[in-house]
Amino acid sequence: MLKIKNLHAKVEGLKILKGIDLEINAGEIHAIMGPNGSGKSTLSSVIAGKEEYEVTRGEIIFEGEELTEFDPEERAHKGVFLSFQYPVEIPGVTVTNFMRTVINANRKAKGLKDMPANEMLKKIREKSELLEIDRKFLSRSLNEGFSGGEKKRNEIFQMAMLEPKLAILDETDSGLDIDALRIVANGVNKLRRPDNATLVITHYQRLLDYIIPDFVHVMLDGKIVKSGGKELAYELEEKGYDWIKEEVGA
Amino acid sequence: MELKDKLLSSFLAFEENVDMHTDIHEIRSRAIKDFEEMGFPTKKQEAWKYTSLNKVLKHDYTVFPKKEDTIDYRDVEKYFIDDIDTYKIVFIDGIYASHLSATTHEKIDACLMSSALNSSKYKPIIDNYFNTVAPKESLTSLNTAFSREGAFINIPKNTMADKPIQVINFSTGNESALLVQPRNLIVVGENSHVQIIERHQSLTDHPVLTNSVTEIYADKRAIVDYYKIQNDNHQASLIDNTFIEQHRESNCSVHTFSFGGNLTRNNLNFYQKGERIDSTLKGITVIGEKQHVDHNTLVHHMEPNCESHQDYKGVFAESSTGVFNGKIIVNKEAQKTNAFQANNNILLDDKATINSKPQLEIFADDVKCSHGCTIGQLDDDSLFYLRSRGVPLKEARALLMYAFANNVLESVKIPELKTRITKIIALKLGVNVGYSL
Repeated sequence: MLKIKNLHAKVEGLKILKGIDLEINAGEIHAIMGPNGSGKSTLSSVIAGKEEYEVTRGEIIFEGEELTEFDPEERAHKGVFLSFQYPVEIPGVTVTNFMRTVINANRKAKGLKDMPANEMLKKIREKSELLEIDRKFLSRSLNEGFSGGEKKRNEIFQMAMLEPKLAILDETDSGLDIDALRIVANGVNKLRRPDNATLVITHYQRLLDYIIPDFVHVMLDGKIVKSGGKELAYELEEKGYDWIKEEVGA
Repeated sequence: MELKDKLLSSFLAFEENVDMHTDIHEIRSRAIKDFEEMGFPTKKQEAWKYTSLNKVLKHDYTVFPKKEDTIDYRDVEKYFIDDIDTYKIVFIDGIYASHLSATTHEKIDACLMSSALNSSKYKPIIDNYFNTVAPKESLTSLNTAFSREGAFINIPKNTMADKPIQVINFSTGNESALLVQPRNLIVVGENSHVQIIERHQSLTDHPVLTNSVTEIYADKRAIVDYYKIQNDNHQASLIDNTFIEQHRESNCSVHTFSFGGNLTRNNLNFYQKGERIDSTLKGITVIGEKQHVDHNTLVHHMEPNCESHQDYKGVFAESSTGVFNGKIIVNKEAQKTNAFQANNNILLDDKATINSKPQLEIFADDVKCSHGCTIGQLDDDSLFYLRSRGVPLKEARALLMYAFANNVLESVKIPELKTRITKIIALKLGVNVGYSL
C-alpha cells in the first residue's frame, strides 16, 4: 500500500528526514517510535502533504502513485488520513457541519453527489457511538475548548467517518487519560480491516498495549535505525532509547 | 460645474416643486446654508483621513431623476428577502414605487416620508423628531436640504411590529450618473419592537451616488434591530448616515453587511440618553478588486449603567481597502459604562489595506472599556488541517473566512436573513457551501 524509499525532507532549510525506508501493506499496523526531535511527526506531515516540508530526495509511493505529486486534499481523496498531534480549533464551525463539509468534499472528488442529510446523520450517530461521543459534543465548535482527550477522540471520529485506507496516528496517545486511551484504541481496532492499514507514531509504548502493532520501527535522527515485532516496543519501554543509539553508533 | 455649485443652484428649483410645511422649509433652508459653508468633506478632516470622495464627486450627477416605473418585480425579486412575509417600502431613483411596495397604516405606520412631511396627521411626529437626531455635518445637511422621500416608520408605544420591514432603494440612472438622497425617519415608541432590513441596489452601469440619512428614535425599553445589506454593483457608491437616539433601557442593534459597491462609507452614531441602554454595532465586510469600505462609528455614553458592543470583521482581497474608525465617548456622568469594541481583519493579498483606529474619550472613572484590533492572514495550520481532510484549498479558505465572521452572523435574529447573508458571502468567495453556519 505504502512504499517509502530513501526519503529526505527539510523544513526551513533544516534537514529532518535523512533517508527513510518503510513499507506498509494492507491489513498491517506499524508503529514508529523514537525520542523527541527524531523526525516522527515530520514524517507524518510529509506523507499528508504539508507544504512547509520540502521533499529533497526519495519517493513516497501510495497504491502505485507518487504521493508527492498531489495536494493535501488529493491525498485525502486517495485515502490518506492524518490524526493530528495538535488538532486546530475552528470556532464557528460545528463538528457536525465540519463533518458534512468534509464528507461531501470527498464525495465530490469521487464524482458522487452530496450525502443525503438523513444518511449523514445516521452515519454520524453510528460513528460517534463507536467513540462514545456525547450528542451535545457534535453541536460544539470544532475543537474549540475541547480537552486534550476530546480533541483526540474527535480525530478518530473523523477517521471513522472517512474510512481511510491509510491512517496515520500522530502521537494520538499524548494528553489522554487511561479511559480516553482505551476508547480511542478501541475505536481504531474496530475500524481495522484487511484492506486498510495504520501507522501509529508514538513516544511511549503505552498505546501499543491497546493497539497491537505487527511491526515496530525505531526512528533516530531522521532515519529508521531498527525494526522488529511488537516485542521491540517492550524492550524500548524497559531500556529507553540509549542502547539503540549505542548499537547503531549514533 | 462642480457638484457643490450644481447642488446649491438646484436647491431653489427643488424647493419650488415640493409642498411642505413652513417649518420644513426652514429646516431645509438652514441645511443648504450649512452645506454651503461646510462643503464636501476632505481628507484633511480627521474623520475622512482614509476616505477620499474626490473620484466619486467628479461625475456630473443628475439631481432630479425622471420617474422610472418600468421595473418588473420578477427582475428585482432576488434583491428582496422573499421567503418571509414583510412590509416593503421600495423606491426607484428616489421615487416611491407602489407596485413593488407593501406599506401599512394598521397598528404601525410603514409608509413614505413624503406623505409624513405633507400630512397634518403626522405633523406632531415630524415636529418632534425630524432632523433632531442627525448632527450638523456636511453630508447630513446636504441630505436634509433635499430631503423629500424615504421610509417613514412609526411604531406606537406597546406595539410589536408583526413582521420585518424591508426598505429597498433601486436606482436605474437611465439618463446618466445619478445622485439619490433617501431620508428615513424611524420612531419606535415605549416598549415597542421593530426589525428593519435596508438595501440599496443599482440596476445600471452608470455611476450612482447615494447619500442616505436615517434617523432612529428609540423610546424607553424599545427594541430596534436594523440590518443593512450593502452588496451593490461596482459603479455604485454609498454614503450611509445612520443616527440613533436611545432612551432608558432601550436595546438597539445595527448589523452592516458590506460586500459590494465602489466606495461605501458608513457613518453610524449612537447617542445614549438614558440609563441601562444596550447598543450593538456589528459588521462583516468582504471585498476585493478596488473596493473601499469605511466604517466610522460613534457611541456616545451620556448616562450611567449602559453598554455598547462593537464587533466588526473584515476580509480584504486584491487591492481593496478598509477603514474602521471607532469612537467611544463616555461622559463624566456615565459611570458604570461597559463599552467593548473589536475590529478583526484578514488581508488576503499584499495590496489589500486596512486602517483601523479606535478612539476612546473617557471622562468617567468607573467604567469598563476595551478595544482590540487584529490584522492577519488565514492561518496556514488551519488550512492544512482542512485540506488534509479532503477540503479543497478554495473551500478551505472560504470555510475559515466563514468561521472568522461567524459570531457577527450569530446575532442576526431573522433566520432567513442569516441564510441570505451566508449565501451572498459564499457567492462572493466563489464557493458552494451546502449549509448555513
